[in-house]
Amino acid sequence: MIALRMFWRKSLNFVMLTLTGVAALAVVSVLFLILGYLLWNGGTSLSWNFFTQLPKPVGETGGGMANAIVGSLKLLFLAAVMGLPVGLLAGVYLAEFGGKTFSFVVRYTTDLLNGVPSIVIGIFAYSLVVLPVKHFSALAGGVALGIMVIPITVRSTEEFLRAVPGNMREAAMALGASRWKTIATVVLPAASGGILTGMLLALARVAGETAPLLFTAFGNRFWSQGWGQPIASLPVMIYTYAVAPYDDWHRQAWAAGLVLLALVLVSNLGARFILARSKAV
Amino acid sequence: MSAAATSIAHEVPPQAGPRAFLHRLRQGDQIAHLVTLTFAALILLLTSMLVYELWMNSHLSRTAFGWNFFWTKVWDPNFDNFGAAPFIYGTIITSTVALVLAVPLGLASAIFLSELAPRNISDVISFLIDLLAAVPSVIYGLLGIFIVVPLMRTTLGPLLINTLGNVPYIGVLFRGPNYGVGFLTAGIVLAIMVVPFIISVSREVLLTVPREQREAAMALGATRWESTWKVVVPWARTGIMGSVFLALARALGETMAVTMVIGNAAAIKASLLAPGDTIASTIANQFTEATGDLYLSSLIELGLVLFLITFILNGLARILIVATERGGGRPA
Repeated sequence: MIALRMFWRKSLNFVMLTLTGVAALAVVSVLFLILGYLLWNGGTSLSWNFFTQLPKPVGETGGGMANAIVGSLKLLFLAAVMGLPVGLLAGVYLAEFGGKTFSFVVRYTTDLLNGVPSIVIGIFAYSLVVLPVKHFSALAGGVALGIMVIPITVRSTEEFLRAVPGNMREAAMALGASRWKTIATVVLPAASGGILTGMLLALARVAGETAPLLFTAFGNRFWSQGWGQPIASLPVMIYTYAVAPYDDWHRQAWAAGLVLLALVLVSNLGARFILARSKAV
Repeated sequence: MSAAATSIAHEVPPQAGPRAFLHRLRQGDQIAHLVTLTFAALILLLTSMLVYELWMNSHLSRTAFGWNFFWTKVWDPNFDNFGAAPFIYGTIITSTVALVLAVPLGLASAIFLSELAPRNISDVISFLIDLLAAVPSVIYGLLGIFIVVPLMRTTLGPLLINTLGNVPYIGVLFRGPNYGVGFLTAGIVLAIMVVPFIISVSREVLLTVPREQREAAMALGATRWESTWKVVVPWARTGIMGSVFLALARALGETMAVTMVIGNAAAIKASLLAPGDTIASTIANQFTEATGDLYLSSLIELGLVLFLITFILNGLARILIVATERGGGRPA
């Protein structure tokens, strides 16, 4: 009887522990499945034209997404210019100057902002930028992405500034440096690797965002006419092409998906590489 | 000697009063403080503006429909009659399906990574899982359309109808026409998307469980699994709940992948195989086509609802995770 019970407990132990391993393996294999499928389908559809040509009209095969690639880069530039400085300085405040109550409120709000669904951020940017002028614009898309960049940058900046040892600050101040001089010349450089990593990760995250661009940057089948006009972007192109009923568009969507995923994963890996190197130094 | 004394006296800043303030201002500290404070306050301003804009721009819809907005099952742009019930239903159903699939899978993986795998293997796998979390949602949508939807239409859907469809009570979930797109497909794609979040947060929480807890259980003769399931997991349960809330908040607000595979129909159907819509997918699909002011206002009110739900869930998740990491976890 006892032997039977022991056998049952041991079998349960073995089965359940094996299952946890299988679960972990299944989740990891999803990543390789995604990569493999995109490489297979996207790789066969990718050509030089994809990077150099404009989209062709419906019905004609070929063409590329040069405008969407440039558009995505332009939107990222706007997001970086608007979001990164705010995130950096607010992060410096939280780590170096912040009091108790106000910092708690700011930190809490930042996390809240980070959790707001991206489509709601899109509505916000729409009411801020699109409604007053009554047309979609690259600027509105940049504002939406910029807002999403802020919370991620704030939290990573604060975290890495706090990781700088206190005796470095004390050493600088003992030499007569004022507080802000200490921060600018000692603390920030010491944390620069981590802060840069956080910024890169923030940009990598918004690079793939589609929902907030649908009704801010909208889309454009041609080169954008300026910051005040609608602009194409890779994620929105993927969406439009994937739900359309044309086979050639599907092929282009796969190619665009491969390019976007490569962009995002490479910047993720790059960010970790920077972090690992700055830690080693 | 007196020269040295005066120079030292000169270097020591005044202790209080306006001269002290001027001194610090001259050194730049006060300016730096003010500048960074301004940017920190800007975050508060942005968030309040976000709430304000959602509230003001949904004014038309709120006054026209009031609380009925939440129960009305009709969404008819032609007659300016808008109710959110089908979308709230769709959001709840797809998120539930996602959690039912993702929580066991995620928790099991987290247990493997924290309890069984050697630390370096665990770190490599966690790194890969973090990469999975970085994949943009439109890519999940793309794979959803071209892999999960056909699979659902040809294999999985008919299989479910023929097996679970005949089981009493739950059979009603798996009946009716099978288009490939629908609540279940959206739920499956969502599950794949939120699993990385459950794993990485749960793993962190499980790793904070004191080693003595495991050793004590094993010393009493528990098997590895019994020590994990009856001691370690209950110890960390608050944090695990937090990770589930976090995943839920993400699933509710997820837009693109769901929009691409849910079929886009404003209907409440019992069958999980039926096409539907979520709050987020409706906004994504219809926002640019919204012609009337009331139409647009109703869509913005949907956004407001989504904002409030995720706001509450994120708050709860944070409280739970912080509570566990501070050692608030108790043995069962």
